[in-house]
Amino acid sequence: MLKDEDRIFTNIYGMHDRTLKGAQSRGHWDGTAGLIQKGRDWIIDEMKASGLRGRGGAGFPTGLKWSFMPKESDGRPAYLVVNADESEPGTCKDREIMRHDPHTLIEGCLVASFAMNAHACYIYIRGEYIREREALQAAIDEAYEAGLLGKNAAGSGWDFDLYLHHGAGAYICGEETALLESLEGKKGMPRMKPPFPAGAGLYGCPTTVNNVESIAVVPTILRRGASWFAGFGRQNNAGTKLFAVSGHVNNPCVVEEAMSITFEELIEKHCGGIRGGWDNLKAVIPGGSSVPCVRGESMRDAIMDFDYLRGELGSGLGTAAVIVMDKQTDIIKAIWRLAKFYKHESCGQCTPCREGTGWMMRVMERLVRGEAEVEEIDMLFDVTKQVEGHTICALGDAAAWPIQGLIRNFRDEIEDRIKAQKSGRSGAMAAE
Amino acid sequence: MRMDAANVAEDVLKTSTDRILSDLEGLEGPLLPILHALQDEFGFVPQQAVPLIAERLNLGKAEVAGVISFYHDFRAAPAGRRVLRVCRAEACQSMGGNELAQRLQERLGIGWGETTPDGAVTLEPVYCLGLCACAPAVQVDGDLLGRADIDRIETILSEAAR
Repeated sequence: MLKDEDRIFTNIYGMHDRTLKGAQSRGHWDGTAGLIQKGRDWIIDEMKASGLRGRGGAGFPTGLKWSFMPKESDGRPAYLVVNADESEPGTCKDREIMRHDPHTLIEGCLVASFAMNAHACYIYIRGEYIREREALQAAIDEAYEAGLLGKNAAGSGWDFDLYLHHGAGAYICGEETALLESLEGKKGMPRMKPPFPAGAGLYGCPTTVNNVESIAVVPTILRRGASWFAGFGRQNNAGTKLFAVSGHVNNPCVVEEAMSITFEELIEKHCGGIRGGWDNLKAVIPGGSSVPCVRGESMRDAIMDFDYLRGELGSGLGTAAVIVMDKQTDIIKAIWRLAKFYKHESCGQCTPCREGTGWMMRVMERLVRGEAEVEEIDMLFDVTKQVEGHTICALGDAAAWPIQGLIRNFRDEIEDRIKAQKSGRSGAMAAE
Repeated sequence: MRMDAANVAEDVLKTSTDRILSDLEGLEGPLLPILHALQDEFGFVPQQAVPLIAERLNLGKAEVAGVISFYHDFRAAPAGRRVLRVCRAEACQSMGGNELAQRLQERLGIGWGETTPDGAVTLEPVYCLGLCACAPAVQVDGDLLGRADIDRIETILSEAAR
């Protein structure tokens, strides 16, 4: 179990002082100017050495992403954009950072922006997060007042402005290029890549988009050293990570743990075990609603990191939003609920996603009731394959994967329900 | 300040829109801040403002109209005196959000996105207010309410009616 002194987020539960003074007493904003004076190359090299992989879901190495930014400006400004549009069902880690430990993020914005030659940074927060917006804005104002932002920010000699921009209720704006479109005041429809944002992003200028957690951990990594951070977790899956465990555990929580912790330890140590014991575990969605679900029996010994979940279980760590479902869950209905969500949030730009998400939801609706033919399961699987990879952004994939996971892992259950419906024994099967 | 659609006189609209445009058009990516400001002023984004915005920002009218309809938060018609948004996301549903929503709809006699005939309350769905720990959650105008039940919501709404 991660020791308290190794936690980056020391106020994730909001039990301590949330003001700047409180953050400083816990070690944040300590020697920020010193970190910046070590230079751009040093920061990027440290980030690469730390092995931090992006916390927004894709797991792309953060240091590498930063190194794509142009070293010298060609006259255009550079921007850092922080993606705080946390809307995926199950994911609730960034809101705890913004609400209770906002100064980790603000300090991270300054250091990361300096490393990428950016004098301005935008934090794009979703419109529904009202308390989070208030807390973050209050913290930004506090930092400006204390001279930590603005001209010669924190005495580092770097001029830096931080803006909080709030969205207007569209999930798709969490996709990085859609987010940039939205920041520019357009419809939040994803752009084709390439060009990648590091070449032409916000207003056509070099831009890096990072998740809240990826940025908030930066100052602590630089202060304590890349090797400290790399010391947690397996090779290639370094660091500490916020896990957001929800669903049928006795004590759902958001907790910072070392990467590569086993699922069993995570649940037993922090969540008080599975409701009704391990034999009652049916399925787990280990990384937020867009990754495929996994059968409970394969999960107990699973190692919670990017490579194990993708390589061994055909799922993914995603945002580490662990959704636990016990045997009372109607798994088909649960996945239908997600299909409905993606249908609602598809932006309508690409045909496979616009039409496919609705089509998949309607078939899922019939599968929930068992009013389908067994062959339709294969057809549904085929349709998910037609959507996956054939759209501009990853929302199409995200809509396809949960259904693929369901069919791969719980095909027997879908077939049972269809047969029961046909033979008129549906009463017992149609669990709510 | 909220006004009814009929009451937004042409000159009032033009003056306000011009002022908002002058204040905000210098921003980078000014369209969303302008729409937010218009909605704050009128309670909705008046249709007549679209050509004015398009003209000043050098955009097509269709472009501006498209942005307004893309984002759930912008409304094209005035809302009731209070806007009641009920969280419909997973955590709130599992804590009785469905039943609460149904009872509210019955009590108010309206469906999602509708306003009561007396113009008192508009009912809207919202997806995750970030208050999962105290589900079910609702939002009444700018204020959040956790562990919401029908009685507490009624109290708040009736205070508003007075």
